[in-house]
Amino acid sequence: MDESQIYALLAKIFEDVFDDDSIVLRPGLSAKDVDGWDSLTHIRLLLTIERAFKIKFSTSEIGKLANVGDLVALIQSRI
Amino acid sequence: MNPLYAELQWLPPAPASFSALVKDLGHRSGAIGEQLRALASYALDLNQLTKLAKAIGKLRSEGRPLTPLAPFRLAILSNSTSDLLVPPLVASAVRHGVALEVVQPCYDQVAQEALSPDSQVNRSKADAVLFALDYRALPLKTSLGDIEAASATVQGVLGYLQTLREGIKKHVNAVCIFQSFAPPAEPQFGSLDRALPGTLRWLLDEINRELAAYVLASGDVLLDVAGLAETVGLANWHDPQLWNLAKLPFSDRLIPLYADHVARTVSALRGKSRKALILDLDNTVWGGVIGDDGLEGIQVAQGDARGEAHLAVQRYALELRQRGIILAVSSKNTDEVARTPFEKHPEMLLRLEHIAVFQANWNDKATNIQAIADELSLGLDAMVFLDDNPAERGLVRKLLPQVAVPELPEDPAYYARTLAAGGYFEAVSFAQEDLKRAGFYQDNACRASLQKQAGGVDAYLASLEMTITFQPFDSTGRARIVQLINKSNQYNLTTRRYTDPEVEEAECDPSVFTLQVRLSDIFGDNGMISVVICRPCEAGVWEIDTWLMSCRVLGRKVEHEILREILKHARAAGIRKLAGTYRPTERNGLVADHYLKLGFTKMSEEEGGLTRWDLPVAEAEPENAPMKVVSLGFAPAKGY
Repeated sequence: MDESQIYALLAKIFEDVFDDDSIVLRPGLSAKDVDGWDSLTHIRLLLTIERAFKIKFSTSEIGKLANVGDLVALIQSRI
Repeated sequence: MNPLYAELQWLPPAPASFSALVKDLGHRSGAIGEQLRALASYALDLNQLTKLAKAIGKLRSEGRPLTPLAPFRLAILSNSTSDLLVPPLVASAVRHGVALEVVQPCYDQVAQEALSPDSQVNRSKADAVLFALDYRALPLKTSLGDIEAASATVQGVLGYLQTLREGIKKHVNAVCIFQSFAPPAEPQFGSLDRALPGTLRWLLDEINRELAAYVLASGDVLLDVAGLAETVGLANWHDPQLWNLAKLPFSDRLIPLYADHVARTVSALRGKSRKALILDLDNTVWGGVIGDDGLEGIQVAQGDARGEAHLAVQRYALELRQRGIILAVSSKNTDEVARTPFEKHPEMLLRLEHIAVFQANWNDKATNIQAIADELSLGLDAMVFLDDNPAERGLVRKLLPQVAVPELPEDPAYYARTLAAGGYFEAVSFAQEDLKRAGFYQDNACRASLQKQAGGVDAYLASLEMTITFQPFDSTGRARIVQLINKSNQYNLTTRRYTDPEVEEAECDPSVFTLQVRLSDIFGDNGMISVVICRPCEAGVWEIDTWLMSCRVLGRKVEHEILREILKHARAAGIRKLAGTYRPTERNGLVADHYLKLGFTKMSEEEGGLTRWDLPVAEAEPENAPMKVVSLGFAPAKGY
């Protein structure tokens, strides 16, 4: 799965989790840019991603994520 | 993780268009509650439940009525993060016919919220308070091998929980729902943990047992989270990473399952649990097709794997019947052929005497299920329909969406488990009457045929040799009183629902006049068949707040005899007038003329059909009914 495919799947997941189809993903996008991206929605987002990509993040990996770019890089390293 | 439970596989999968359907809700008109319930009745995951709850919140904020969903306010006291649970609870409650409003105070403020009179929970007028605590919330001190210290710890925990309960009872008087505690998956010794007093597992085992006994005696409600965690496995239930990251009390994968269990409990408190199981026959109750394979060809015997699977369905149906669930049959067959295995197959567990209504014909199943509901005088929302055939399931879901139709897997070995997992018949209490209920419906069939023979209703009624027994509310009858108040839809003048504490309040209030009524006849004991509450409104007037009767005793002039009893006590209490109200609902058209027939005078009629009726006590003389009257337990000089 290349980067653009990851972005495409992530876009669907964001739409589902935030119930918002207007979010445009870019590497610099982070929680402060998205309405409703609080700590609990963040957990729900990561859990949904884990299931969709069939991967499991470690606690420290989750702690280090700062934006969508980090997230995509992490997913890429695991699939 | 077992997908039956984690993915709610007894429910049909959500269609690909689910998100679009949810979005579309705002544009839909009409009974939005039914549409919401249809959407909630798919197997939804956490994100889908959250999405649906958001849409429900939006409809609410726009002031859209959610009828016919029953409103319920639930406060949650938790020592962990419950924010993620709230939307799934709201959406799952809709699946069970309840419009849930959740009151959720700040995280980890359990004792403060329960004990201070002006806390958010205590000001909330909640119908129930859920103590969503897990073992980490408890004052637990392990004391290995020291049974005295261990027992003291258990008593300390029970004392703590009782203190919380008393706070709630004092300030808001809501039903308290306690959760049993799922022990952690990590033992201290190993197997010895279960045996050795004072280990964490031993303490939690004891606490769960004592809590269960306490709840049964106090009239509170238990949500058996420990049982749920056992069912899915403790290692699946607890997720250490999620606890560390977000203080989630259990795995996110199991939130839909937990939410459905909370919703079942709330729905049972509102009297919305289902009451009847309708069984298909071919390939459901037995293997094979009786019309093709014949009595010798169907598979329903011990020693044959397929046969044992179908016997397990029969056994489970009988277990349900034993606790008061009514069984019926809907089968596409010639009646005589369909009855043969019940009459002649030696291995069949189900017999004709267990089946209240037997519909075997060539009509479509929706028509038959409607006929069964009519015959039993039960709503379609009281029915569960079990059928191996996906086409029949789809048809019934489409034509009769109120009927619950569990999805079944390919292999009949899992039919009984899937039906049980659906939790359609959840109960929060058990009254002795439940044991007999399934039988009542069959006795009624006998009575109906006697009525045909007896010629003349009065002669028939006299031949029944009825005895009616009146008592004021008491603690022995309370469970059944609460059940009737929350379940009776048809013969119910005001359809006011009261919780156990509210009924207890009426029972203890000397100004309130209460009646619990039992009826027996030559066929046996009908159990409690009517509940009446009269409250003083102005001087010398009793307002009949609640009058409901079981439809089993319709047409037997029981209401006349009840009125005579009310009048007797009214006269003794110096009451000069009874004031009755009929509040119309979708289901109680039956009693629109109740007061008219009893000689009351109509005083007013409101736009929605609500009518008010008066009866002067002095000159009232209701018709005599042919039955023996017993009056028990009334204080001779009780001042109302």
